[in-house]
Amino acid sequence: MKELIELFVAFARVGAFTFGGGYAMLPMLQKEVVESKHWATEEDLMDYYAVGQCTPGIIAVNTATFVGRKQKGLAGALVATAGVIFPSLVIIMIITAFVNNFSDIPWVAHALAGIRVCVVVLVLNAVIKLAKKSLVDAAAVVIFIAIMAGALFTDIPTFAWVIAAGIVGILIKVLGVSKEKGGAVK
Amino acid sequence: MIFLQLYWEFFKTGLFTIGGGLATLPFLYEMQAKTGWFTIHDIANMVAVSESTPGPMGVNMATFTGFTIAGIPGALIAVLGLVTPSVIIILIVANILDKFKTNRYVQFAMYGLRAASAALIAIACLRVAQIAFLNRDLYSQSGRLTDLFNITAIIFGIILYIIYKKTDRHPILYILAAGVVGVVLSL
Repeated sequence: MKELIELFVAFARVGAFTFGGGYAMLPMLQKEVVESKHWATEEDLMDYYAVGQCTPGIIAVNTATFVGRKQKGLAGALVATAGVIFPSLVIIMIITAFVNNFSDIPWVAHALAGIRVCVVVLVLNAVIKLAKKSLVDAAAVVIFIAIMAGALFTDIPTFAWVIAAGIVGILIKVLGVSKEKGGAVK
Repeated sequence: MIFLQLYWEFFKTGLFTIGGGLATLPFLYEMQAKTGWFTIHDIANMVAVSESTPGPMGVNMATFTGFTIAGIPGALIAVLGLVTPSVIIILIVANILDKFKTNRYVQFAMYGLRAASAALIAIACLRVAQIAFLNRDLYSQSGRLTDLFNITAIIFGIILYIIYKKTDRHPILYILAAGVVGVVLSL
């Protein structure tokens, strides 16, 4: 029970401070899930993000379900998911009920401009951490650059790039392994 | 009856939205045309509010719609509809992943997927940076290159990065502080 409450609270914290969509929650997840609670490793998070990218639904929800399940099975999955969406539910209902033109309020706009700068800083730091862990060789760096260019400059949907990266990963490794074996036989 | 319909409409949205966030938009337009639960103007408002509040955009949209139509129960039902498909699908995928995690082909695929993940997050970072550091509107009006860059925001960003690297506290602290700095500097 204690662990379920912890899951709910941790993911509610993540949900309450994620400005700017699923990717912006990465620095928060690294802190909460990887560093302070050790519920998952940095590599696990990467896998969840990649899978969340090519399965339906919201990335934040997908990641919460993954981590919750790993920790506490079905109950954990449900509790973590409830946690991540809880702040949004409350905040949006309050705004809808009481505030008109919320995003036009000057101090809200200024605060958000500041928060956006912070999100860039936090996510940039998260990307550098992840790149160190996931770009293990030259081929991975090539995949990284190719996907960045492709997703920036073409209209091909993101999940197609993710699937392609998986296939290329298999091809590179299979070819690499057979080459090594060939070398060993010689 | 309205609850069943709300649940079903958002269930479909959750099931077919791949990649999250703004990918829900086409579904909302379709829902608008079909049900008349909200206006097109409402959708634009929802996007603005979602961008200025924390949390996943899809959840914000579902909450707004459900709440407008049927109060708190409506909001709960709509969000429940939205997340049901994700939760079921992820539970299935996680089971499969557990079984095949040691399979070398799955590991090979993950090697490629992690590089892709890093790339997509880098892109998300660039997109936010563009909004945070550039004054697109001001530049298109004046045409002066000095108007394109929000110098205050850039300097603030550099200082914040250095402080973050040195102190390494919980991200929430920096987000709150940055909000205050934004108000003080009128960013």
